Amino acid sequence: MIALSDYLIVAAILFSVSVAGIFLNRKNVLLLLMCIELMLLAVNINFVAFSHFLGDVHGQIFVFFILTVAAAEAAIGLAILVVLFRTRRTINVGDLDTLKG
Amino acid sequence: MSFEKFLFYLFAVFLIGAAIMVITRKNPVHSVLFLVLAFFNSAGLWMLAESEFLALALVLVYVGAVMVLFLFVVMMLDINIAELRAGFVRNLPVALVVAILMVAELVMVLSPERFGLERYAAPALKPADYNNTAELGMALFTQHIYAFEIAGAILLVGIVAAISLTLRRRPDTKYLDPGQQVRVRASERLRVIKMKAEEKA
Repeated sequence: MIALSDYLIVAAILFSVSVAGIFLNRKNVLLLLMCIELMLLAVNINFVAFSHFLGDVHGQIFVFFILTVAAAEAAIGLAILVVLFRTRRTINVGDLDTLKG
Repeated sequence: MSFEKFLFYLFAVFLIGAAIMVITRKNPVHSVLFLVLAFFNSAGLWMLAESEFLALALVLVYVGAVMVLFLFVVMMLDINIAELRAGFVRNLPVALVVAILMVAELVMVLSPERFGLERYAAPALKPADYNNTAELGMALFTQHIYAFEIAGAILLVGIVAAISLTLRRRPDTKYLDPGQQVRVRASERLRVIKMKAEEKA
């Protein structure tokens, strides 16, 4: 049988891979957004696994809301990306230094 | 090894492999396609955990809508890939060290001694007439109805924000206003004048 720890370890590996992705693709906003999606997916896998093993449907409801918010976040993030590219002709994070941060 | 376990490892291996491909591909289009593969495989994992509604919602909403949005944006932007990949090799050792450390620590915490079958026994299989969607809907529309309404409002705000961010008015484009074209009268365009017939020389 599949144990709870199997699900949790898969989700942990997925989360670590996406953290590594954020380190590797620090300059590309698109890849950063994709890595955030992967992180949310890893968290959702944890929620679904705990919901299954504890027999509690509320974990799945939380996943439902995370999916909703993540979809809205992706839509707004991509809209900002398109506007950014239209005004600056680049999506390189290194070039976005207008605020002198 | 049971067939269920085989399926679990198949989905898990493809999920992790697709995630690694997402972060290492040169072409962002390939990254998005591998992200689609990752979402499909995690939908399979969720099916194994008996949350059928969410698995299908992931495929329909995420693969069908959000990933297509990503693909559109990737193909619309004319980005210089070589420039964006500049720090890839330099950042690789740091990324590997961080990832391996995180995996090691998390595996120590989430080890089978703590979260294995002895601590959390596998739940009994649900009967054939069990309806995951109905149970989810029952909890969603009674206990969590306010959160549900707020989620709807967030989606509406998302739509308005995305449209208002990307909408642009171009005063210099030469387009025709169909309403104005329909409203035009013959008298505004055509003038009948009386004049003498041309005299023959």
